[in-house]
Amino acid sequence: MRSYLFPEFQVFRDESKCNQCRGCERQCAFGTHIYDPATDRMQTDETKCSGCQRCAIFCPRNALVVRPTPPYYRPNEAWTREKIDDLKKQAETGGVLLSGCGSDKPFRIYWDNIVLNASQVTNPSIDPLREPMELRTFLGRKPDLLEIDDCGEICTELGPNITVEAPMLFSAMSYGAISYQAFNSLAMAAREFGTLFNTGEGGLPREMREEFGRYATVQVASGRFGIDAEYLNCARAIEIKVGQGAKPGIGGHLPAEKVSSKVAATRMIPEGTDAISPAPHHDIYSIEDLSMLIYALKEATNYELPVSVKVAAVHNVAAIASGIVRAGADIVAIDGMRGGTGAAPKAIRDNVGIPIELALSAVDRRLREEGVRNRCTIIAGGGIRCSSDVIKAIALGADAVYIGTAALIAMGCTLCQKCYTGKCNWGICTQDPRLAGRLDTRIASQRLVNLLTAWSFEIKEMLGGMGINAIESLRGNRDHLRGVGLYEWELDVLALKGAGE
Amino acid sequence: MEAQLIDCGTAQPAFNWGKSWRVGEVEIDAAGMPSKELNNLLRNCMLDGTRHFLLKNVCGQRYIGTRLVGPTKSLDIEIMGTPGNDLGAFLSGHRIMVHGNVQDGVGNTMDDGEIIVRGRAGDVLGMSIRGGKIFVKDDVGYRTALHMKEYMDKRPALVIGGTSQDFLGEYMAGGIVILLGLGGKPHLANYIGTGMHGGVIYLRGNIMPSQLGQEVEISPLDEEDRAILDRYVGEFLDRFPDIGMSKEEILEGNMIKISPISKRPYGKIYAY
Repeated sequence: MRSYLFPEFQVFRDESKCNQCRGCERQCAFGTHIYDPATDRMQTDETKCSGCQRCAIFCPRNALVVRPTPPYYRPNEAWTREKIDDLKKQAETGGVLLSGCGSDKPFRIYWDNIVLNASQVTNPSIDPLREPMELRTFLGRKPDLLEIDDCGEICTELGPNITVEAPMLFSAMSYGAISYQAFNSLAMAAREFGTLFNTGEGGLPREMREEFGRYATVQVASGRFGIDAEYLNCARAIEIKVGQGAKPGIGGHLPAEKVSSKVAATRMIPEGTDAISPAPHHDIYSIEDLSMLIYALKEATNYELPVSVKVAAVHNVAAIASGIVRAGADIVAIDGMRGGTGAAPKAIRDNVGIPIELALSAVDRRLREEGVRNRCTIIAGGGIRCSSDVIKAIALGADAVYIGTAALIAMGCTLCQKCYTGKCNWGICTQDPRLAGRLDTRIASQRLVNLLTAWSFEIKEMLGGMGINAIESLRGNRDHLRGVGLYEWELDVLALKGAGE
Repeated sequence: MEAQLIDCGTAQPAFNWGKSWRVGEVEIDAAGMPSKELNNLLRNCMLDGTRHFLLKNVCGQRYIGTRLVGPTKSLDIEIMGTPGNDLGAFLSGHRIMVHGNVQDGVGNTMDDGEIIVRGRAGDVLGMSIRGGKIFVKDDVGYRTALHMKEYMDKRPALVIGGTSQDFLGEYMAGGIVILLGLGGKPHLANYIGTGMHGGVIYLRGNIMPSQLGQEVEISPLDEEDRAILDRYVGEFLDRFPDIGMSKEEILEGNMIKISPISKRPYGKIYAY
């Protein structure tokens, strides 16, 4: 069947600069660039271009420009180019539309409508270059009260807590979804910086357990891939994945093409079968069942690790979070609708869930109202793009944030959204050894550490400006935030005053 | 907390428990003991070198066996009574024998070892089990062998004397399930093998095609299937010699093999 689709991208080659080195041909796994020996010229098949910019960035002569095809159809606000092309694609294949990365739709980004406070005259600001600033964060349950005996020793039984150097953790990305090199880079960066990476539900390769287990949150998801007692016990924390911001309510299929022998060994499944994660955990149909799994995992690890429960931000997230805390979870991780993914049905990615800012605020307020906020750590993820997003999340009630998409971009990702093809030219979201080998773990982990270091500096600077010298003092401290350009109901959900109030 | 005592009938421990306890053996009266306390005790005993446990008056205590991760994978645990949910969850070795019925989630995500139930089992028996064996003398509940897996030399097996409820082998990705239908009850389960993409179910007796999920098919038994049945029915009878039937008598019955049509049931639903 002839396709009626326009190419998504146009490739412009400056023939005066191009010397037919064929670098672009080697860089592009989609097959966009082909060398034609008859004419000694590079040919371009634009229909194959994902717009990942690999060729343009790596062209030694800067001869390439790749840019989105303009919307050639008659302008139509209802039938945008994306709507028309998506529809054509389905008419041609009869399939569910897949996409990668987080939703790119213009839902309001509340971070951009919230401003921070600073000290002027009545209280001094602090200069982080010369005074100590505390970003260290402790993840896990805190006691209702602390009892101290006559000798000054704490006699309250404390739950396990984890120390991270800044309130930023890498969010769950499984080996299988991302390459071994990308997975390893996250682990190396977590170790060097002093934070945690998250295995996702793809298991933790055995040879990484001793070296990186102490920097890993290991996930237990509905597919229960790669889980055994050693996997659980080598880690620093366990996370039950109930939902993901990019695709709340649905399971996942890692296609057989991506189940290489090493991925199969790590997931402990046969090579070449689809790894199917059911939509629900079939042993969790209620809060009581969730509690049962939380305590099964605590039993399996001798009550030495905190257990996190990750849910997608959905309509009743506050009530759900309250249930999760009462079920015995030490950490509640909330993933907003802009959270990334290796593959999700587009209809779900772009239409299901709520923005993290609203969900986070609602959860924090609800847990405070119910007097159980101290019993858990809140980690917010799904749409954290920069240090100011982090600090605003902390002030809205998060103890820490998960960064996923930002970490991928640090490693080279350009958000071309073709993760599900397994042909990532940046070596991140692929199991092709030739492509994955492009990602140098030393460089990629350095870029990740640089990102966390830079954000830490900026967070300290902003904290100092507010006259605060410990991130702890900003948690849920909405007095330091004001809304700009928000409706009354939005300010209510965020529990913020408008600017000037 | 007052524990309700369960009448175990004439059940006798299978292990030869001497009157004077030898080193490495321990008898625990679990009456009224909270789950965590019981599991603490089991773990401490294991670390002190106990290898044989007899747990009496067990009533609803959860996660028995889950915390026994340590220097050995070959503990013997006999349970008199009715253990609670998640018996042997994440189990990584050991042999657990229950003289009584068990509740939901037995062998959840089990990796290795053996669980023997001299009674009936609740729902989601052997969910996501990747290794080891579970033998149940009587019937089992809903969603048995849900997402059961196999990996290299690990090929778990569930052998069930009776029959099961709906969604047997849902999402099953590997392993062996044998349903012997010995109690004389017909197999009434629907949606058998829904979403199944690996492994095999053997069912003794008859079912209607409408009881099967869309992703599975019935096929005749071959030599390999016969060998598997011979082995596991033999092992089942070793554990429950009081069944009153010989291996030959059981294997003479009508055996149905249910296996997935495709390893990739959902491979074609996406537009690329």
